[in-house]
Amino acid sequence: MSQVLHTPPPKPAPASPASLADEHDLAALAARHGLTVSGARPSLPEYVRQLWARRHFITAFATAKLTAQYSQAKLGQVWQVMTPLLNAAVYYFIFGVLMNTSRGVEDFVPFLVTGVFVWTFTQSSIMAGTKAISGNLGLVRALHFPRAALPVSFCLQQLQQLLFSMAALVVILLAFGVPPAPSWVLAVPALVLQFLFNAGVSLFMARVGAKIPDAAQLMPFLLRTWMYASGVMFSIDHMTGPDSGLPSWVGTVLQLNPAVVYIDLMRFALIDTFDASHLPPHVWALALGWALVAGVGGFIYFWKAEETYGRG
Amino acid sequence: MADTPADNTPAGTPAERVPTVVADGVDIVYRVNGTGAGRGSATAALNRIVRRKKAEKAAGVRRVHAVKNVSFVAYRGEAIGLIGTNGSGKSTLLKAVAGLLPVENGRIYTDGQPSLLGVNAALMNDLTGERNVHLGGLAMGMSRAQIKERYQEIVDFSGINDKGDFITLPMRTYSSGMAARLRFSIAAAKDHDVLLVDEALATGDRSFQKRSEERIRELRKHAGTVFLVSHSNKSIRDTCDRVLWLERGELRMDGPTDEVLKEYEKFTGGPDRAAKPAPKAKTAA
Repeated sequence: MSQVLHTPPPKPAPASPASLADEHDLAALAARHGLTVSGARPSLPEYVRQLWARRHFITAFATAKLTAQYSQAKLGQVWQVMTPLLNAAVYYFIFGVLMNTSRGVEDFVPFLVTGVFVWTFTQSSIMAGTKAISGNLGLVRALHFPRAALPVSFCLQQLQQLLFSMAALVVILLAFGVPPAPSWVLAVPALVLQFLFNAGVSLFMARVGAKIPDAAQLMPFLLRTWMYASGVMFSIDHMTGPDSGLPSWVGTVLQLNPAVVYIDLMRFALIDTFDASHLPPHVWALALGWALVAGVGGFIYFWKAEETYGRG
Repeated sequence: MADTPADNTPAGTPAERVPTVVADGVDIVYRVNGTGAGRGSATAALNRIVRRKKAEKAAGVRRVHAVKNVSFVAYRGEAIGLIGTNGSGKSTLLKAVAGLLPVENGRIYTDGQPSLLGVNAALMNDLTGERNVHLGGLAMGMSRAQIKERYQEIVDFSGINDKGDFITLPMRTYSSGMAARLRFSIAAAKDHDVLLVDEALATGDRSFQKRSEERIRELRKHAGTVFLVSHSNKSIRDTCDRVLWLERGELRMDGPTDEVLKEYEKFTGGPDRAAKPAPKAKTAA
């Protein structure tokens, strides 16, 4: 067989236009045979479909990351529960014992530990999201999958981590005399909404972090500031109440803060003395609103740059 | 071309030639932060932020022009070798064909989704071989059922369990050869339309190399088109019937294997000193 390669045939061949590789018009050749541009961004519904098709990869990747985390430690997976407990102990020592912020807060230990765990979920999700693309360029440059799978997978890993923490939290609650109640079920919708919110912000930050790797350096500071504004270790009510000397709008603004919304919802669900009077007004509407705005907005923002991820 | 490999599906009459990959004047440019004149000093960084668009070079961003104006058409049934000295842009071009690296100028059109043979990046050293098989399979887009079905095949092919039950140990405990074999076995478990292989043949011991060459040939039969990047002229000769030669990012030659390899060997100084050392040992003179 003869392999005539590359050299464009000098003789005109109008009889069979489709038969010859027209080197001068490669785009037309590609179009004639129905070839598509490699690495082009799919439409939004198609993107959602692709992401759904990869759901098993997303969950497997999250679980694998979680397991790999402590696989070299002697105590192994025990650290999944130990780490959040130690964290809570440190915060209790500083804010409960040394600084005595517990004044006026009933059930301070459950209050504090719930806040720390719920906050950590948001914080680590956003941190992991920021590095989701920039820290996994090898993966992005080697395999095909909708890139949103990475930030979503990291958020899922944090959710699994939180579920371990919640197991520890139940023990703490019971140990400090908080009775189990039907309202504990409310923790589930609260977590679902918080997950949506976290995933949305992570997707947003993943695109930012992919374009500007420096974001990963800056985020810890932003997140820490956000934490102190979110009443993780103290009651915002007490800090901004009428006798605090702060104008009343400060309290209102602070209560719109999504982190406050999700933390307070969890406290309301789990701790019997943290009743509805402590909740910001319209708290469920706020929780749902933040979840939708962040979730949908973050997803679309991330998708818009889908084809550019992987550039060095 | 006396010894083209066994199957001769490619290109009977010109009328039947269906293109699967069309590269049209492709340029690929890497941008690297923190090099060049400014050396990543604070002022250079500031400069970079302030005048991002205008003077990339002055601001310490180095542009590496890895692939320059490359055009070619690959047809169904072809096995195409990519050769060139180290750093000539072979792997970069392959990644762009796979749609994993954005191109700067030009376009790459493909039929279906070309896939790179390799799952290294998705595997985790701290997990057992068994879990990595599942994870790698999912990462390549296989379904759970497909992985279950092929699991035994993958493990057997890798030969990991030949010397005891190693598949249930974390991958970090494997020797580098064993890990490479498992990685290849996972990657080769999936059938592809357009298959891109990057020096995968140079892994493992001699007997495993033989087996993987066989597997590549098998994959080739299922795949429409195969691209193979290798520094081993022998494996190029064995598997490919057409060769693209890249040098400094430019397409220097495109033609039948024998012709191009003859020129390439002249360029690199003497033919491949075959089979004695590891086939990877060939580098630029």
